[in-house]
Amino acid sequence: MKFSGFKVVKEALTGHKGWTQLWRNPEPKSAYDIVIVGGGGHGLATAYYLAKVYGELSIAVLEKGWIGSGNAGRNTTIIRSNYLLPGNQPFYEFSMKLWENLEQDTNFNSMVSQRSIINLIHSDGQRDAYRRRGNAMMLSDAGARLLSRDDIKRMVPFLNFDNARFPIKGGLMQTRAGTARHDGVVWGYARGADQRGVDIIQNCEVTGFKIENGKVLGVETSRGFIGAKKVGVSVAGSSGRVMEQAGMRLPIESHVLQAFVSEGLKPTIPGVITFGAGHFYVSQSDKGGLVFGGDIDGYNSYAQRGNLPVVEDVLEGGMALMPMIGRARLLRAWGGLVDMSMDGSPIIDKTGIEGLYFNGAWNYGGFKATPAAGYTFAHLLATDTPHETATAFRFDRFSRGYVIDEKGVGAQPNLH
Amino acid sequence: MTRLTGGLIDRNAPLNFTFNGKAYKGFQGDTLASALLANGVQLMGRSFKYHRPRGVFAAGSEEPNAMVELRTGARQEPNTRATVTELFDGLIARSQNHVGPLERDFMAVNDLLSPFFAAGFYYKTFMWPKVFWEKLYEPMIRKAAGLGSLSMLPDPDDYDKGFLHCDLLVVGGGAAGLAAALTAGRAGAEVVLADEDFALGGRLTMESDLLNEAAATDWIASVKAELESLPNVRIMTRTTVFGVYDHGIYGAVERVSDHLAVPGDKVRQTLWRITAKRAVLAAGATERHMPFADNDRPGVMLAGAMRAYANRWAASPVKRDSDAIAIFTNGDDGHRTAMDLIAKGAKVMGVIDAREAAPRFGDYDVYAGATVTGTKGRLGLTSIEITRNGRSQWHNVGALGVAGGWNPNVHLASHHRGRPVWDDNLLAFVPGPNGPQGLIPAGAAAGKGGTAEALTDGMTAAITALSEIGVTASEIALPQAENMPSEQVAFWHVPGKKRAWVDFQNDVTVKDIALAHKENMTPVEHLKRWTTLGMATDQGKTSNISALAVMAELTGKSIPETGTTIFRPPYTGVSLGVLGGGDTGPLFRPRRLTPTHGWAEAQGAEFVEVGPWMRAQYFPRAGETTWRETVDREVLAVRSGVGLCDVTTLGKVDVQGADAGEFLNRMYSNMMGTLKVGMVRYGLMLREDGHAYDDGTCARMAEDHYVVTTTTANAGLVYRQMEFAHQCLWPELDVQLISTTDAWAQIAVAGPKSRELLSRIVDEFDLSNEAFPFMACSELTICNGLRARLFRISFSGELAYEIAVPARYGHALMQRLMEQGADLGATPYGTEALAVLRIEKGHAAGAELNGQTTAQMLGLGKMVSAKKDSIGAVMSRREGMAADKRRLVGLKSIEPQKQAMAGSHLFTEGAVQDMSTDQGWLTSSCYSPHLNGYIALGFLENGDTRMGEIIVAANPVEGQTVKLEVVSAHFVDPEGGRLRA
Amino acid sequence: MLIPHPLLGLRDSQEFTYLGDASLMQRPDASAQNAEAEFCDYVFLRDNPAGEHRELWFHEQGDRSWLVVTRDTTTHEILGAELASDVKGAVK
Repeated sequence: MKFSGFKVVKEALTGHKGWTQLWRNPEPKSAYDIVIVGGGGHGLATAYYLAKVYGELSIAVLEKGWIGSGNAGRNTTIIRSNYLLPGNQPFYEFSMKLWENLEQDTNFNSMVSQRSIINLIHSDGQRDAYRRRGNAMMLSDAGARLLSRDDIKRMVPFLNFDNARFPIKGGLMQTRAGTARHDGVVWGYARGADQRGVDIIQNCEVTGFKIENGKVLGVETSRGFIGAKKVGVSVAGSSGRVMEQAGMRLPIESHVLQAFVSEGLKPTIPGVITFGAGHFYVSQSDKGGLVFGGDIDGYNSYAQRGNLPVVEDVLEGGMALMPMIGRARLLRAWGGLVDMSMDGSPIIDKTGIEGLYFNGAWNYGGFKATPAAGYTFAHLLATDTPHETATAFRFDRFSRGYVIDEKGVGAQPNLH
Repeated sequence: MTRLTGGLIDRNAPLNFTFNGKAYKGFQGDTLASALLANGVQLMGRSFKYHRPRGVFAAGSEEPNAMVELRTGARQEPNTRATVTELFDGLIARSQNHVGPLERDFMAVNDLLSPFFAAGFYYKTFMWPKVFWEKLYEPMIRKAAGLGSLSMLPDPDDYDKGFLHCDLLVVGGGAAGLAAALTAGRAGAEVVLADEDFALGGRLTMESDLLNEAAATDWIASVKAELESLPNVRIMTRTTVFGVYDHGIYGAVERVSDHLAVPGDKVRQTLWRITAKRAVLAAGATERHMPFADNDRPGVMLAGAMRAYANRWAASPVKRDSDAIAIFTNGDDGHRTAMDLIAKGAKVMGVIDAREAAPRFGDYDVYAGATVTGTKGRLGLTSIEITRNGRSQWHNVGALGVAGGWNPNVHLASHHRGRPVWDDNLLAFVPGPNGPQGLIPAGAAAGKGGTAEALTDGMTAAITALSEIGVTASEIALPQAENMPSEQVAFWHVPGKKRAWVDFQNDVTVKDIALAHKENMTPVEHLKRWTTLGMATDQGKTSNISALAVMAELTGKSIPETGTTIFRPPYTGVSLGVLGGGDTGPLFRPRRLTPTHGWAEAQGAEFVEVGPWMRAQYFPRAGETTWRETVDREVLAVRSGVGLCDVTTLGKVDVQGADAGEFLNRMYSNMMGTLKVGMVRYGLMLREDGHAYDDGTCARMAEDHYVVTTTTANAGLVYRQMEFAHQCLWPELDVQLISTTDAWAQIAVAGPKSRELLSRIVDEFDLSNEAFPFMACSELTICNGLRARLFRISFSGELAYEIAVPARYGHALMQRLMEQGADLGATPYGTEALAVLRIEKGHAAGAELNGQTTAQMLGLGKMVSAKKDSIGAVMSRREGMAADKRRLVGLKSIEPQKQAMAGSHLFTEGAVQDMSTDQGWLTSSCYSPHLNGYIALGFLENGDTRMGEIIVAANPVEGQTVKLEVVSAHFVDPEGGRLRA
Repeated sequence: MLIPHPLLGLRDSQEFTYLGDASLMQRPDASAQNAEAEFCDYVFLRDNPAGEHRELWFHEQGDRSWLVVTRDTTTHEILGAELASDVKGAVK
């Protein structure tokens, strides 16, 4: 079935009788060519591109709960390609280009909205660093603008320009950045993958790998053994737990990242704004909620919930930056389980076990990477070679000394 | 007016207020909702999607419908529930989310178009043409969405934070909560009793139940008086415990002055962090409804809420006293409402009971085995259709109470992600076994909703909780009470073809759930996300369980098999202002001031934020028109005379002990143990991953005593790292550390005349080059006996010293130096001149030591000693680090008056410019008054072998390209003759 | 969270700075044959357990002790806390 305005009108006039399942609930087969572990945005995108671009015919996505139940449904929905380092920026720009065509590609409105991002500048040093980053963005075709204080004042006059502890001195803007509807991304890929024959198997937890002579033969699951020629693991915060079953230690720590949404408000904040002197970033969803977050809680956690100090820290930043939000109310808060890596950058790579592939270490930035992570992981799974935009995301970059450390804080995950 | 008799309102205290510009009167004790009802106002708002008329639905914080914009101007407060807004004199409220008057909302056209807006429709359309999303569709959707609006003005009120510690936190001051608090209070335990309401008593204030054969308010008053008399009990009304955090920490918001017109000298709200050894969750229960056709009209409300309005607020739900009221129930509870309404003199049409064997408790009609199957009334209910055995009849009523059973308020019990469990007898979820440690649910929150059982349960919970922490509490004499009849059947919704609302605010109907089921959005979380059910401001308090029941019916599974939903903080919406506390504006972060701050201020200095510090940026003089003019003067003063700069912000760590030298050998990449007493050495620290971390100086004051400095930015971090090394890696070393950054004021005295100036303040100290050469250090006294430390180190490349005195003398020292140096032209300089001086000299600073660079890149590769191990040494030798050939170089503009901005990327002349041909970047750039032109530092691919080459600095983000010559980074005095003069 | 400081009793976790896995106390021998590989494991790889985790907290806003705290990463329950220097001494 093709979704369109026409179809919506037709169904409205005929009592919505013609809608069908967005995806099937298939029973797992005994074996597949490729099994993707993890039915989040990344796993589903991987399956989608494997089927669509790389012509793979026998694919299953295994999800322990319901699809999109992990970080795909627990993030602040920001998309952007405003990175500095050559290992990262081309990849994120590739992702941005995929975002720009996502809806037409998947025939599903994931509400990709290019409403821009502004990173605020509060010191001369910060301006120099952002100029370097903005130039990296320009040089990789991503576009960037360096804004003056007056520019910012014109665009977002409700910020605290008058009595701020750290005055706003400018900003770096990417107009092509913005947000997407996180669940819509998951559903769009899931439906697209399903239509191309991918089996999406929910409530199917992987409990172990069958590995013989250094080669993976399949996965043990809560719904029985499923054979596979290749297994791609894409489980974000659960990476440590899952890869441990294959005997691997990772350059990853699992942390909790809290995010927040306010009660619905009439249009307030046009794009995405990040506070350069506090821990706060914010956008407003199409439904009207202010969606915001800050730092990770900072301690290893699998609990999917955080603590009060970070809530306070985030809102101190929020109130310092835009004191007009004081009378809005926090509606919901949640904690995502993020796979923080030793340099703050991801891994899309083969492992030491033949047929076992890994996509993870997305830190708190996995959402914006969803299309490209899916595409490049599919490329790796299908061709056994890294995609040209993801060549730096290797396991051995740590031992060989090629880390991709955007923040320059070293091997301490809670600082990235 | 539809005011009834009695109630807990003060009829001697009338209050004036306006709603949508119209003036009304209420009384002290009213909420906005009760006052509006008592004035015959049913229509209070519009729904989110279809803009259907909405009236008040509940009597507490679960209200989904009656949401207003409260107050005006900067205090405008959107999405405020009228049901929990205490009336005050002069209150101003407006309904929200409509275009045009509330009664004739232009956006109500959406309701006619509702077939097009079925669940998930957004995801299926608006995709063509592509550019229309941002330009047309989305702005349209955004404008229609949202509820109330912010004023966009800074919140004028103050907020506070507070901390409380107690043995027992009692959440909720109803029957169970009061019994728990009194039990614990009498046992001498430290008790905090918090309730979101402004009055204690909870549901007791809203029922007609008698306690000890008297009004419940008598017992409440006596308990309140006793609790107030106990010094170990703190009663906090208007306080919502909104979240359970780790280790017995609870988040709570006290609405200190939301019930006043303006806060005056009080804060608006206080955020409390309550650390409780144990807690009793006595949060009560929330009534649920039963969806039926057109069940969303104003006038349809929860039967328990109707009862509450009648009993506590003497407010009738109908517009006119002559209008009749009907009750639709699936159990005994609905009959209680009928009884109470009759007792208050309201006109009850009858009770429609879904049970064939419906009881009758009083003088009213009972429609047994019947359901409500339709309603009429555009802006308020006028009639309902009652169907029994397939026969339908319309009846005129002005209000309908719906009693679908009660859901225990399990929210806090699931904040640690423990799932509630289904209770088949109660037909509700009750707190599960995996709740937060130390939290004991009691009373209606635990499924024990009868008054007598709630009282007993509250008492027992307190005794149990206290016994776990070693406090013995005794049973108390509870008032005589009874449990009202509470039989009910599992009846969840009335099937039918018309729309039956499940979530009122977000306009989610039974049909939407059916559609979601058809489209395989059956997991509860998918259902919620696809239909937006439970995502409204009431967080599904009145809709989740009904939706679950409908979905269970569709899937043929039981409710617990279909799913549960758990709740996350906050329990109800919490203002963003209070979560940010008072730490906003200039108070957002502490400001650290240097010892000479006041002095610099008096000199008219401009200041700049440097991390937590405020530092003097430059010292403008009369007649200087640009900052550059000032900075150039300051730089030249240092190069030709003597300048003074407060450098206190640099980190200082005192390192003492027999193994101090060995310890520093391990901390710094270069050798420190061999340093002679009385000498200083430049040191480079690496991170354990091999990257350059921090630089500074290391002065050996005595055999077992070093004073090391760090950069301003890393002062705390380096100290932490040193303590880590000391305590976690090598506790066997005899070394002690203390940060002395704040203890010493340090002033740089730089320039060819610095020795002359210092000689005027030191007490008999030989400053000659021979006695006190470059990189010497010493303790000494100055100004007739003031203890000081002198270091002959230079950041500017000139003959220079840094002199340290106890911090409280910093101001005086600066004054003395300025006085003594007046004839030498002593000139204070700020961070700008400091930066120019160090760039001219090629010293690395924050822009070069950005955490991504290496010793080799900085040209300091040789400092990483191979003779010893130190933090980061092994990792700095990895293949990729060695292969990195970018090197720090100096760069001079070919056209001297054209600045290449820091952050420009470097390219070979004539090369295509993209990320693959990138040759490096500019880290720092400035005008050099010494060289009369712009200079810069940067990292350049193979930079050390490209001296003299012309390269291009590209700054496309500002549309600028500048040609530069690669030169040595030491623009000034490369041989270092001046330093050693 | 509350950290049971062995000397100071229960302290709010906001007084502390978190570093990570207590294995960071086992710094490899730089003179060993395979020192670089050992350091790579030490610096970059983690067990990252879902369950009991021994981890380093620095009482930065307090007495400047480094503590080894044992905490369950699935529930945040704290099972114990010791002075790092004591732990290191015990290992020696």
